[in-house]
Amino acid sequence: MSWPILFFILVGALSIATAVGVVSSRQPIHSALFLLVNFITLAIMYVSLEAQFLAAVQVIIYAGGIVILILFVIMLMGSEDVPVDRIDSSWASIAALGLGMLMAATLLYSFMADFLFQAEPNTLAGGAPYAIGMTLFTRYILAIEMVAILLLVALIGALLLARGPRTGPKTGAELHAEEEEADAAGTTIPYVDDETTVMAAAE
Amino acid sequence: MDWLNLLIIPLARSVALILVLLTAFAYLTWFERKLLGRFHVRYGPNRAGPKGLLQPVADAVKAIFKEEFIPDHVDKPIYVLGPALALIPALVIWAVIPIAKNVPAIADVNIGFLWILAVAGVESYGLILAGWSSNNNYSLLGALRSSAQMISYELPMGMFLVSILMLAGSFSLVELLNSGRAWWEWLWLWAMFPLFFICILAETNRSPFDLPETENELVAGYQTEYGGIKFSLFMMAEYINMITTSAIMATLFFGGWRLPFGLLQNVQILGPFVLAFKVILLLFLFVWVRASVGRPRYDQLMGFTWKILLPISIGYMMITSILVVLFK
Repeated sequence: MSWPILFFILVGALSIATAVGVVSSRQPIHSALFLLVNFITLAIMYVSLEAQFLAAVQVIIYAGGIVILILFVIMLMGSEDVPVDRIDSSWASIAALGLGMLMAATLLYSFMADFLFQAEPNTLAGGAPYAIGMTLFTRYILAIEMVAILLLVALIGALLLARGPRTGPKTGAELHAEEEEADAAGTTIPYVDDETTVMAAAE
Repeated sequence: MDWLNLLIIPLARSVALILVLLTAFAYLTWFERKLLGRFHVRYGPNRAGPKGLLQPVADAVKAIFKEEFIPDHVDKPIYVLGPALALIPALVIWAVIPIAKNVPAIADVNIGFLWILAVAGVESYGLILAGWSSNNNYSLLGALRSSAQMISYELPMGMFLVSILMLAGSFSLVELLNSGRAWWEWLWLWAMFPLFFICILAETNRSPFDLPETENELVAGYQTEYGGIKFSLFMMAEYINMITTSAIMATLFFGGWRLPFGLLQNVQILGPFVLAFKVILLLFLFVWVRASVGRPRYDQLMGFTWKILLPISIGYMMITSILVVLFK
């Protein structure tokens, strides 16, 4: 057995072990950490395939960004009250079966694709930064731009959803609009002291 | 011999590097305390040995022999993992920093810049996990603060790195120092250095941006539940990060191992000493800032990066790309 094969088997075994750890841990934080190690083993595999750029990007985006976000969410939500046993309902296992078969079909397809179609040569050219940059910004430029817009829309949408209905005192513009309405109707607005209403609400 | 080149030599270099860095850490604490003493018009450590030079040794002995106490309410494996995860990235970044002509500390990879970004990205794990596993509100708040701060300041720092990268035209730090720069490139880079230094201060959780461990509101932040040698590991991580980032800044902005005007370029043995000298000057800057600038509020800290630094860095990157197209 040659050294690269032995290396591949070791890293691959670690990768599979951590993947199993992700789905079998009870504590969400432990799952997230297993996921982190899994991403890093993937990066090591990219390096062994001479795709250093891809490996670095894998670590920067997945390990440095996404897993940290996952940890954030778990910490803010509190991890203790996840009802693990409730998830075990009948429809869930059927859905899992379906998704698993989809996954198997995808894997089978990607194994077969090598034999069925001629693989596109030099798409990534060993994962060098220059080759990747050229491919992304000439051939796939439209896709890149569309992803950028999609991310921007998602960002703004998330902000809008997270903000929710506004509470707190009225703004000057709103008060002004109310006054104009009252003037037009010929009535007056009764004077309300903001602080006294707040105190009353507190009591 | 394959084995020699593949394992033994890198291993020897790594061990040497770690020993040098740990010694540097020990004397950086002495350097900082002595300097802070001067800034405050007092003596600083002066009891252990001449000029207090043995103070780091005394501190190390104390930390090692202290009882290793693990509180009952912590998540034990992660609690133990935290300090190690904080320390490792600080050491690992050194692999790509060139210490003499054509000699990187460990390996010349063709993605030196990305290596720095990648390792800086995983740097915050140690603090986050320490804060979470301590099962203590102060620790958790400290961890959340530190991770939010590090992620936010990574953005302008990344933008500035992209600008430097465009001027250099190569991902390798060794290449960066081998190819010279035009005079306007130096000026353009130095104009940005103060902003980059601010990002670095926030990334290393150094004063005035040490909000993850503000003693007057969070006890000690993420390290509240740690004591003895584990606490020392966090301190080690912070100080070695200072040394590492100083070396990175010296390499990117001040020519790393090179003397000005290409003097004595081919004397390889001088390289490490020149680099060390520049690193010490930058470390002085860290201490100087700590002694003179007060701590901002947390919302001011976050507002500053998102509303001021990030737009500036994006603008800087755009102008740099125009300059590169026009003049290079």
